[in-house]
Amino acid sequence: MEIADILIKFGLIIVIFLISLVVAMYSTYAERKVAAFFQDRVGPNRAGPWGILQPLADGGKMFLKEEIIPTNATPFLFIVGPSLAILTACIGSAVIPWGQNIVIAGKTIPLQVTDINVGILYIFGVVSLGVYGVMIGGWASNNKYSLLGAIRAASQNISYEISMGLSIIALLLVTHTLSLGEIAQQQHGWHWNVIYQPVGFILFLICAFAETNRTPFDLPECETELVGGYHTEYSSMKLGFYLFAEYINMFISSAVMVTLYWGSYNYPGMDYMNGLLGPTWGPLLGFAVMFFKVLLFIFFFMWVRWTIPRFRYDQLMDLGWKVLIPLAIANIVITACVITFL
Amino acid sequence: MESLSNKKKVLEVKPLNFWERAYLPAIAKGLSITMGHFFKKPVTIQYPEQKREFSENFRGQHSLKRDENGAERCTACGLCALSCPAEAITMTAAERQKDEEHLYREEKYAAVYEINMLRCIFCGLCEEACPKEAIYLDGDVVASDYLRKDFIYGKDKLVEAPLNQ
Amino acid sequence: MSTFYFIAFLSIFFSILVISAKNPVHSILYLILTFFTFTVHYILMNAQFLAIVNFIVYMGAILVLFLYTLMLINLNKESEPVKPFMVKLAAVVGAGILLVALVSSLKIANHASDPLVLKNPNLGLVKNLGKVLFKEFLLPFEVSSVLLLSAMVGAVLLATKDKKEPKATI
Repeated sequence: MEIADILIKFGLIIVIFLISLVVAMYSTYAERKVAAFFQDRVGPNRAGPWGILQPLADGGKMFLKEEIIPTNATPFLFIVGPSLAILTACIGSAVIPWGQNIVIAGKTIPLQVTDINVGILYIFGVVSLGVYGVMIGGWASNNKYSLLGAIRAASQNISYEISMGLSIIALLLVTHTLSLGEIAQQQHGWHWNVIYQPVGFILFLICAFAETNRTPFDLPECETELVGGYHTEYSSMKLGFYLFAEYINMFISSAVMVTLYWGSYNYPGMDYMNGLLGPTWGPLLGFAVMFFKVLLFIFFFMWVRWTIPRFRYDQLMDLGWKVLIPLAIANIVITACVITFL
Repeated sequence: MESLSNKKKVLEVKPLNFWERAYLPAIAKGLSITMGHFFKKPVTIQYPEQKREFSENFRGQHSLKRDENGAERCTACGLCALSCPAEAITMTAAERQKDEEHLYREEKYAAVYEINMLRCIFCGLCEEACPKEAIYLDGDVVASDYLRKDFIYGKDKLVEAPLNQ
Repeated sequence: MSTFYFIAFLSIFFSILVISAKNPVHSILYLILTFFTFTVHYILMNAQFLAIVNFIVYMGAILVLFLYTLMLINLNKESEPVKPFMVKLAAVVGAGILLVALVSSLKIANHASDPLVLKNPNLGLVKNLGKVLFKEFLLPFEVSSVLLLSAMVGAVLLATKDKKEPKATI
């Protein structure tokens, strides 16, 4: 590999990292604004025009607040918790294909950091690792509410990972590959996987909600029962990291859903547009389309948050084990039958 | 038990059918309801810039009135202080001097007139007790402040602005 | 090769920390790190599928459950069971015998074949691994799935409540 290639890769990593951070930052703003619109309110509108500087103000507040580490906490693990949460949230973006190969100044650049041939499994592994941040932080706080929140998070994540994995297996039967880059290419034009796997997509969507701890599955931080859940004892930017990790997770899982089911950067009539715009601007339009879809999903996450109330914990477990897993297995069997006999 | 008013309705709890148990149609319905609200006009009033109209009989901050010549009407009779259930009003009376006719209407006036806004319950009894129509609770909402001592409003804040200025 | 030695050093270092850590939760966390170094080992051996499965199954699921259980157990000093001297002696003798058995088996294995040389260096990739599993090793693969199934049935059996009186004990 030449130096230029390494530099390009490095630049791509930086760009994707910055994009996910900025999206997460403005997700906090969008969440408040969207919530306000759903409730016939205005939302934050004081910091800058329409309040668009609100995330900066929030971040500044978080950084300037007093940092408290409880006396009986385990200090090292108390700091490791939020760091791990944000780390696992960020590394998921490495295998997502953000667009077709783009040609800039005669150089072909793939808009994907790395196309490893077990891409889906990598995403899956990173997601399953995400629970450690919550668990370690909750345990290290030495507070019963934090511990209960951590335990809830752990059992919830493990339960929903299973049906998530099973719904992905049905998808893999259709795509015949584990590489996200190839999956994105297969959905050329309008051949989006959601047409072939609607049930699988709904299962994946529900599991994504559970894995990102979003409403209606936000039991690990359920205020009415657990004070603040796993981040009860956290303050200042360590709390900020936990909240930030949730939004990055939301962004990444939206991107994964778009890649796996909603055609990634593909859109009907893309060949015509690519011919029209050339090899530089065509893929960029594809990237814009992908980004637009991701933003739609983020909006959907927020829309659901302000619509559906939280589940009770036994309902959550019932849904995970008694509904989603049998449905996912049935989906696999039916998909396999259809592929084999048709 | 026999119903006394014959208005009792017995509700039948039917077992949920498949679509109700599937939960997804209900979620879709809920999502459409919230989406309907998304495009509604916000009901917010941007407070410091916009203000909601007060009602006719709203009682806000007190003001000490002047007569048509611009002289203070208050004669420091103390009836307001006496009527005040929260004991928020104190005053010190003084005698009007020769050259002060344009300042005070009666021979006696309030040299110091203080209302403790933290004690005041805005009941309006002072307004009713005043024989000279000198005090009215026709002002705005009392502003917030940081220190308790700043809530004791003196004549500088209470007396109406002079007429021709 | 230096990467291998570095990672191997880390695995051994963390596994020593696992058994020497006073706090059980800390030792589980070291175990997680140990398994992470194993994942890196697999990647170094070009066994990507195995690496990622190790990552998901061990780090993402089994150790979460370990951590989960340990967090719930009350691990105060007072509740620590006092082990008699004979038990400790038995443990040392047992561990020693296990070590001897391991060393001797490794010695025999070294003579028999060279385990470092793989026939196909790309065996670890998903496609090749799947073909091998479902052609050459189909029977052991399916038998192992029966083993897992029986473990699951056993767990369900243990977890179900006895209704009234136990009718039949299996």
